[in-house]
Amino acid sequence: MLRFLLNRVLQGAVLILIVSMIGFFVINLAPGGPLSQYAMTPGMSQADLDRIAAQMGLDRPLPVQYLDWLGNMLIGDWGNSYRDQSPVLDVVWRHMWATLLLMGTSTVISVALGTLVGVLGALKRYSIFDYMATVGAMIALSIPTFWFGLVAIFIFALELGWLPAGSMYTVGDQSLGDYLIHLIMPSIVLALVNVAIWSRYMRAATLDVIDQDYVRTAKAKGLPHLRVVSAHIVRNALIPMITLAGLQLPTIIGGALVTETVFTWPGLGRLFIDSLGYNDYPVIMGLLMFSAILTVIGNFLADVGVALADPRIRLG
Amino acid sequence: MSAISDAPARRPSPLRVFTGPRMRKFMRHRLAMLGLIMIVGLTLTCFFGPYLLPYDELYIDLRARFSPPLTENHILGTDPLGRDIAARLFSAGQISLTVGFTAMVLSTLIGTVIGLVAGYFGGWTRTGLMRIVDAFLSFPSIFLMLTLAAFLQPSPTMITLIIAVTSWMEVARIVEAEVRGQASRDFTAAARMIGAPHWWIMLREILPNVTGPIIVAATLTVARAILLEAYISFLGYGIQPPLPSWGNMLNNAQQYLESAPWLAIVPGVAITMAVTSFNFIGDGLRDALDARSVK
Repeated sequence: MLRFLLNRVLQGAVLILIVSMIGFFVINLAPGGPLSQYAMTPGMSQADLDRIAAQMGLDRPLPVQYLDWLGNMLIGDWGNSYRDQSPVLDVVWRHMWATLLLMGTSTVISVALGTLVGVLGALKRYSIFDYMATVGAMIALSIPTFWFGLVAIFIFALELGWLPAGSMYTVGDQSLGDYLIHLIMPSIVLALVNVAIWSRYMRAATLDVIDQDYVRTAKAKGLPHLRVVSAHIVRNALIPMITLAGLQLPTIIGGALVTETVFTWPGLGRLFIDSLGYNDYPVIMGLLMFSAILTVIGNFLADVGVALADPRIRLG
Repeated sequence: MSAISDAPARRPSPLRVFTGPRMRKFMRHRLAMLGLIMIVGLTLTCFFGPYLLPYDELYIDLRARFSPPLTENHILGTDPLGRDIAARLFSAGQISLTVGFTAMVLSTLIGTVIGLVAGYFGGWTRTGLMRIVDAFLSFPSIFLMLTLAAFLQPSPTMITLIIAVTSWMEVARIVEAEVRGQASRDFTAAARMIGAPHWWIMLREILPNVTGPIIVAATLTVARAILLEAYISFLGYGIQPPLPSWGNMLNNAQQYLESAPWLAIVPGVAITMAVTSFNFIGDGLRDALDARSVK
């Protein structure tokens, strides 16, 4: 167990280190550089720019800047946003909750719906429902999330006027119901792709356990059908899904980025796009790091979760 | 070497996966056939359609701004600058399909080479290479892709390269798993015994046996690459205007969603059609070529 932990922490650290290097050198070697935002200000002379560069430590060689940044990051100083000078960790923290709320809701929807569709498809294999679910999943995987969002806004917000077109709450009315209404469309749009993936894997996992001896035993001892399905089939089929949940995390984060942009959701994805537009280097690096760390933690939790759910698996 | 170089004359073609019962099985796959017809139709329309239209994709007609579909000669309407959407859609399709296809070729090449080397040599080579694959897989690549696209020059070539270097992992994993089984088989040992070099064994003895899974993965990679290009371009960091792509046609569509919904609907349908086609074809190929596929 200790070896497993050490191994994973080490692997995660190496991954995060690689991501940080790629990110840091790409954005700093690109033409323009961190000062291009200031250079556009009228009346800014080259001498002023040089002074700012010296103040911000940007006149030092890149590897030195990188090590400096890395050292500060490890002790919790992720730098300050170029936009409003507030610490990057504060900025990330402020936007994180909106994203977690969106991702969480959407994950609950996709797990519930995906499990249902997948299990039903496997139980009634080769039925019309199974066929429709298969084709539906393939089409759902082919629709760009942002376009699905646009179409949803067009239909439900603009034409029917049932739901708000974007943002997280109505200014002046921040009741729970108001949040919920704003949450409906983005979380369903974000869930679409994941329902498709989840239901495909759930179908395969169910087919794997459906012929097992213990399922036959459960049937033979006269358990009601529903109980066989819920307690013996679904429970065991869900175990490999825990790993999938960990592996899907990058997809969900990426999907959240696009969904947030379409629905003007004030989360990390929008923050990232805005920061790219402003050349806000510290925030961009901070978000790259944050998503890498989140992914590493997610995969780790998935491995632990599988081991807890399945006593046959030992971590080692 | 002479004994070896004489052999290829009787060697079955690596493309034999496309003949006989497998081909018939593929032809009977209704969705795959539908996908094939859709993508061939779409490609032909994009590459030859422009010759049938009275406008090119850059012609600006300010008097005809925001014409809805089927106004005069504008079959699909016009955009905020009065450019013909059909013309833009076709030339955007040329770019999007080319980017998707080229990115697939490149990433399949990278994935195949890495998978072959890792599976064939095994040991530390495999551990090292597959760890890199895991690292790439476990990262939310859209963040990295956007960062790269935003800070490098976003030409179609650069976008293709960025997509390729972030989508080769799937192929590498598949090839590695297939090759691992082949590397210890008798025919590989025989080839090694007659003194064939490693590269020859990998390319001529092993690779032909794993073409099936590679073709399946490659088809699905085209679908993924087209989607990725659309995402990056939609967010404004991909193909840059005035050059149209299916993704960047949707870029400004959101602000006109109420007054000119066709701006958003038309390119989205094209993307969905193209991606669905490749996914359908990939599914059919998997059923036909992959003996182990559970269905």
